[in-house]
Amino acid sequence: MLLIYCPYCEIERAETEFRCGGEAHIARPSDPEKTTDDDWVEFLYMRSNTKGIAAERWRHIHGCGRFFNAVRDTVSDEFLKIYKTGEAKPDLEALAREAGK
Amino acid sequence: MSDLLASDLITPDAGEPPLLGLASVSILKVAPLARFSFRARTASLKKAGTAFGVPLPVKPLTSETTAKRAALWMGPDEWTLLAPEEDLQAVITGIGSKLGNEPHALVDVSDRSEAVIVTGEKAAWLLNTGIFVDLSQETFPVGTVTRTLFHKAPVMIWRIGPDAFVVEAWGSFMDYVAGLLVQCAQELEAA
Repeated sequence: MLLIYCPYCEIERAETEFRCGGEAHIARPSDPEKTTDDDWVEFLYMRSNTKGIAAERWRHIHGCGRFFNAVRDTVSDEFLKIYKTGEAKPDLEALAREAGK
Repeated sequence: MSDLLASDLITPDAGEPPLLGLASVSILKVAPLARFSFRARTASLKKAGTAFGVPLPVKPLTSETTAKRAALWMGPDEWTLLAPEEDLQAVITGIGSKLGNEPHALVDVSDRSEAVIVTGEKAAWLLNTGIFVDLSQETFPVGTVTRTLFHKAPVMIWRIGPDAFVVEAWGSFMDYVAGLLVQCAQELEAA
């Protein structure tokens, strides 16, 4: 079982308390009226589906209930960085280098 | 049970027979009480705490209690407030009038969940049959409160004494939670 750190509860908890919320840092188009169909498709459906280091949204649904972001290696399931919602996206390449990937 | 937290608030339901009564652990139903889900911004916390009668904790997983009030940290902007059943209206008007137009949500969720008290030297052991949380005194001291999973049901556990826990689950899950606790305790009887 994975142990995941919740930045709001400030504690590590079992994976069963969490849900993965898909790719992080996908911003909704700021002016929906001027957005083309192609851009909507891009926003709604197109995901990078990374094999390797990726930033994801996670939710501590059976704990504090809050969403946060995490950088996870999708191959090894290793969490490299966990940060609160609203904080800037970390440099994934630098994190990968640090982890020796 | 006077050495426990909120001893005038969390009381066994006198009308209900104990769910379990072993020498090493017992399970008792908690008498009905008023429960609130309270959400607000940091700026309003002090006022809300004054109105409720006990300050709202800001440290994760902690609680603040007096004999008849309890404020439990649920999330960074969410608290569960407990009060005796007869104070339900007083709490609503108290917090409502104090906060006025400041954005907040105070919802009466008294009937949403039921609670049991699990006490005895084997209480932590019994909860750990279904909860993947370290319940040792060092990491889960008295007063700690958290939502988590018991087997497959979401529960709230709150340590009110060294060997005493309140386990709260939604009404429709309580048979499942209490039933499994009683079943797991049979292992103690057999030993």
